[in-house]
Amino acid sequence: MSDIPYRDVDVDGEKPGGRLMEESYLGERFSIWSWLTTTDHKRIGILYLISTTLFFFIGGAAATMIRLELFTPAGDLLTDDGYNKVFTLHGVVMVWFFLVPVIPSVLGNFLVPLMIGAKDLAFPRLNLLSWYLNILGGTFAVWAMLSGGVDTGWTFYTPYSTAFANTHVSLTAIGVFISGFSTIATGVNMIVTVHTMRPPGMGWFRMPLFVWAIYATSLIMLLSTPVLAMVLTLLVTERLLGLGIFDPNRGGDPILFQHLFWFYSHPAVYIMILPGMGVVTEVITCFSRRRVFGYAAMVYALLAIAVIGFFVWGHHMFTSGQSMYASLTFSFLSFIVAVPSAIKVFNWIATMYRGQITFEASMLYAMGFVGLFTMGGLTGLFLASVPVDLHLHDTYFVVAHFHYIMVGGMVSAFFAGLHFWWPKITGRLYPETAAQIAALLMFFGFNLTFFPQYILGNIGMPRRYHAYPDAFQVWHVLSSAGAVILAAAYLMPLGYLVWSLIWGKRAPSNPWRASGLEWQTGSPPPKHNFLANPKIEGSVYDYHPAQQPRREPSDD
Amino acid sequence: MTEAAAPSTPGRAIRSPALASHFHDLRQQHAAADLGLWIFLATEILFFGGLFAAYLVYAVLYPDGFLDAAAETEIVIGTINTALLLTSGLTAALAVKAAGAGMRRSVTMLIAVTIGLGLVFLGAKGYEYWLDLDHHLYPTSPEFPLAAPPAKLFWSLYWTMTGLHAIHILVGLGTWGIILFQTVRRSFSLTDNSRIRIAGLYWGFVDLMWLFIWPLLYLMGRAT
Ligand code: HEM
Ligand SMILES: [Cu+2]
Repeated sequence: MSDIPYRDVDVDGEKPGGRLMEESYLGERFSIWSWLTTTDHKRIGILYLISTTLFFFIGGAAATMIRLELFTPAGDLLTDDGYNKVFTLHGVVMVWFFLVPVIPSVLGNFLVPLMIGAKDLAFPRLNLLSWYLNILGGTFAVWAMLSGGVDTGWTFYTPYSTAFANTHVSLTAIGVFISGFSTIATGVNMIVTVHTMRPPGMGWFRMPLFVWAIYATSLIMLLSTPVLAMVLTLLVTERLLGLGIFDPNRGGDPILFQHLFWFYSHPAVYIMILPGMGVVTEVITCFSRRRVFGYAAMVYALLAIAVIGFFVWGHHMFTSGQSMYASLTFSFLSFIVAVPSAIKVFNWIATMYRGQITFEASMLYAMGFVGLFTMGGLTGLFLASVPVDLHLHDTYFVVAHFHYIMVGGMVSAFFAGLHFWWPKITGRLYPETAAQIAALLMFFGFNLTFFPQYILGNIGMPRRYHAYPDAFQVWHVLSSAGAVILAAAYLMPLGYLVWSLIWGKRAPSNPWRASGLEWQTGSPPPKHNFLANPKIEGSVYDYHPAQQPRREPSDD
Repeated sequence: MTEAAAPSTPGRAIRSPALASHFHDLRQQHAAADLGLWIFLATEILFFGGLFAAYLVYAVLYPDGFLDAAAETEIVIGTINTALLLTSGLTAALAVKAAGAGMRRSVTMLIAVTIGLGLVFLGAKGYEYWLDLDHHLYPTSPEFPLAAPPAKLFWSLYWTMTGLHAIHILVGLGTWGIILFQTVRRSFSLTDNSRIRIAGLYWGFVDLMWLFIWPLLYLMGRAT
């Protein structure tokens, strides 16, 4: 692609110095229909923002019921069956319809083309299709789970799910299957865009780390989602057509289901964290006014996580009766996969070290991410050690572990990114103080909700029960109280962000004085992203121009 | 990949109508389309990979049961189908070549033959399914002829593998059908557009999958 002339300015009828606002992607042709048929990556990002927010609140409603039920030791609010259905709904919706799509499809969609100076993703219509598939799958699954309910948990373990559960397992699995196509479509689009649409001057090692994170995530999506699709297909054919791959009566092995499921789902937990790491890198460098520490190490860490993450799935199966040698190998590999994560944590902190840190709301969220992700990752190491896991498996300790990463980490990162790029996306500024309060509230609410669960797990509270001995109550009450604060912290942004759409001050094109090509165009950007060629000069993270950089900018 | 042409800017050659507005030139657009399909095929390989992994696990666990069960498949039809599919792979590849050279008549012919072979394949497959059912070779059938439980596993895998493969054939035939229609209507440029190459790649993949399924399901039972 070396000799391609740089992109032509392609704004139909644009007058010089023209009306930026009218030409923005938000302004032109405002009708519901134009939004529902749009192929503009920015608009599709917004469609995804609306749909994932909706799913977030559906999953959140289920979580509220769980925490209410657990307030008292007796199972009084929900029946045991009802409780099973509620936590399944919560898990399925949060994993597949919120966490997996949220950053890649909302922020990734909006930002990847802007960050590499392209006009759109490589396959705009496929992009729109992916949104419809996501909606279709989500509606299907949510409808199945609300009308009849599913009681298998989000993991659909056999033989319970195939031979015993009389609930809408098949319909829900089909819903998840459909949304898998949406994930694959997004992954293909991102990879092809990054490979073929970078402008001259932006080599691989000059890409923003957010783009790298989305790239690594897409790799995982593409290589793992099909395996989930197959395992769900086998599950559904076993239930509906009587083809029994996992049925022990015919010599089938239910544990094979677990292997195939976790071959997808462990990499999938990285689908749910790598994009967050990308966001946080952008935010931390900006508000520390520092060049990112160890750019190349950050890239290799992302890729290492993407690759090694495929070889640790057996750590979910230490108690399944798999061979001791398998368990030891998986345990060892799980320790290895934590190393690149630790490198990233180290580099974020080193980036902040001696930076000129300011505490804007997105920075508070990002710093919260670093702390909570570290906690979640370290407790992952506890669980990766076989003897410790025999004690902690299937207890609230595991629940706390993954919520620290997925909620404390990923959701904080999403809020960090949403606040950071909100002025770019909407052209409006939100009230900073309110946002800072929400960020702090979220951090405290989160810890109050989930830290007690580590203790609960360690003293023996199993997961997925709606009643428990009185001795555990105090921790459950703390956790439920934290959940109230957390809920308030999640609702606040809904208030002030929507408020800012109407009454917020208009945002300049670069309100944070951030580097990165997306800040070189208007807020909100025009339909074809750039009115003039974005300038690609220096490295991506050219902050603190007043000081002398410690290293030559050219080689990193 | 919309057909709408971007307004040509002064001083540049007229843009091909096949060139979508967010690409610089056809070379970039074709590179994107090719890479996109190759990546999609990688996901397909992992999709079937899950199934083949299941087959492998059980074939290792129950070698005898699998050999006995595999001896019941219709080897003649399976083998004829292999030949049909490989031939259609050849005609599809030739269609791609002919499209690159802009030979519309040959393209039309070759795609039509590809579709024909695919349809015969499906017909033969359907007949085979009918025979299988006639022999009660469905795992839930009360008169399932084989006693050992692993035979039911084998036949579960048989139906799943061939069924999923047949769905892929159907998708391929649908794609070829649309392209044939468009080729006859001359609604796209053979050389500027990559859709025939994309369909050819996909068809090649579906062929290749069969080349794994054939030995696993048909040949294996005859090895002794
Ligand atoms: C630092 C690397 C990590 C290690 C070593 C690790 C280790 C583990 C282990 C051993 C378990 C199984 C515990 C048990 O069931 O007894 C587990 C469960 C889990 N982890 Fe992690 N983990 C890591 C990172 C992550 C990340 C990044 C996420 C999500 C973004 C995550 C999400 C989960 C989830 C969802 C489960 C529970 C699944 C279930 O049974 O429902 N983990 N982790
Ligand atoms: Cu895992």
